[in-house]
Amino acid sequence: MTPPLPPMPAPLPSPFAPEPLRIARIRQETDDTFTLHLDVSGRKDGFRFAPGQFNMLYVFGVGEVAISISGDPERPEALVHTVRAVGAVTRAMQELGRGAMLGVRGPYGVPWPLAEARGKDVLLVTGGVGLAPLRPALYYLLHHRKEYGQVALLVGARTPENLLYRQELERWRKRRDLQVLVTVDRAGPEWTGDVGVVPALVPLARFDPARTIAMVCGPEVMLRFTVRELHRHGVTDEQIHFSMERNMKCAMGLCGRCQFGPDFICKDGPVLRYDRIRDRLMVREL
Amino acid sequence: MSDTRAAALAQHPFLAELGEEALARFAQATEEREYPAGSFIFREGEEADRLYLIQKGRVALELNVPGRGATQLESLRPGDILGLSWLFPPYRWHLDARAVEAVTILAVDAEELRTCLVEEPALCSELAMRLLHQLYQRLERVRMQRLDLYKAGA
Repeated sequence: MTPPLPPMPAPLPSPFAPEPLRIARIRQETDDTFTLHLDVSGRKDGFRFAPGQFNMLYVFGVGEVAISISGDPERPEALVHTVRAVGAVTRAMQELGRGAMLGVRGPYGVPWPLAEARGKDVLLVTGGVGLAPLRPALYYLLHHRKEYGQVALLVGARTPENLLYRQELERWRKRRDLQVLVTVDRAGPEWTGDVGVVPALVPLARFDPARTIAMVCGPEVMLRFTVRELHRHGVTDEQIHFSMERNMKCAMGLCGRCQFGPDFICKDGPVLRYDRIRDRLMVREL
Repeated sequence: MSDTRAAALAQHPFLAELGEEALARFAQATEEREYPAGSFIFREGEEADRLYLIQKGRVALELNVPGRGATQLESLRPGDILGLSWLFPPYRWHLDARAVEAVTILAVDAEELRTCLVEEPALCSELAMRLLHQLYQRLERVRMQRLDLYKAGA
C-alpha cells in the first residue's frame, strides 16, 4: 500500500495577485476624469500609503494600469484614485459602476520628499490631472502645517471646466496658511482667474528660494518650462522633485517596462529629483 | 506732479533703473489711470496711442471669436506691460484689454515714446532690449499654451 503523500505546503501569496476591492463611490470630476473610492473596510488597517505612491489597478479581463493614489494619507479607511479615461483600461474603468470590483496591487514607488521639506517652504506645481498625485502631499502638509514654512499650490488646466477638485480648490483658497494660484490656458469672459501657463504663476508665489522644495507633477514639457522659471527665481535642480509617468507592467522593478535609463520608474520613482533625471529628459529615445 | 509720476515710473519693473533724464521726459507724457473691474482699457481696432504699465490689478487680453464670443487669451498683472501695437503702423489695437479687477495703470503717450526713440539712440536700444525680454518671456508662455499639454493624449 502506497503511503499517503505529505500535505502540500500552502502556496506563497503571489505578489502579482491583485486584491479585489469594491467601488464604493464614483465622482465625475470632468468629462473624462473621475474619482473612485474603493471599499477597504475588509482590511484590518485600511489602506496605508505615502503621498506620491501608486497602485496597479486591474479591470478584470481588460488589463492593469498604474494610477497614483489621490486620497488623504491619514485616512487609511478610504482608498481614492482619480483616473483619466485615455486608454483601453481606463476607459473600461470608466464604464464600471458603483459596486463593481477592481483588482488592486500596491502601494508602490518612492513618495514625495515631505520629510526633507520639513521646515522649508513648499511649492506644489501641477498641470492637468497632475493635481491628483500631489493632492495626498497637500493633505499631509495641511495636517502638519506648523512643521512647514510657506506652502503654495500652483494649478494649471486647459479650461475652467477641466479643473479637478473644484470645490476643494475653493476651500483651500480660503485658508490663510495656503496660497492657491490657478490658471487656465483659455477661458470665456466669465472666468475671473488667471489665463496663461502654470510656470507664469511662479513669480506670484510666496517662497524663499534658498529654503524651498518644489514638487512638480504634470506633462514633462510642463516640467521643463517650470524648471526654467524656478531657476530664474533661484531654485536649484536639487530642490526640484518631479513625478514621472511611464507605462508599467510588474510595478516591482522586474520587467523593465518602465525603464528610464538606469532607473525603473516603478521602484526608483515615480518621484525623482530633477538633477538625477535632467540629462535623460533631453534624450529623445528614452 | 511730474516728479511723482517719474517716481511711479521708476518703480515699475519695465522702467526700473532707467536714467533720471529719461524718466523725467517720460513722466511729462504719462498719466495715471484707474479702471473699475469689468471696464475696457482698450478695444480691438481703436487707435494704439499708449504704452500701459500695470501697477495694480489684473488685465485680461481678449479676442472676440465669431460664434464663440469673447475668449481670454492671457492675464497680465502688476509689473507687466500692456499693449505694443503703438510701436508699428497702423497703430491699432489687435485685442481687447479688460480690467478683471480694479486696475491702476500708468499710460505713457505713444507719440512721445516714438519721438524719444528716434531722438535718443542709446535710450532706444535700452528700451528695445527691455521690450525684447518681455516679449521673449511672453513668447515662451504662448509656445507652451499652444502645445495644449493637458489635452488627453497630448
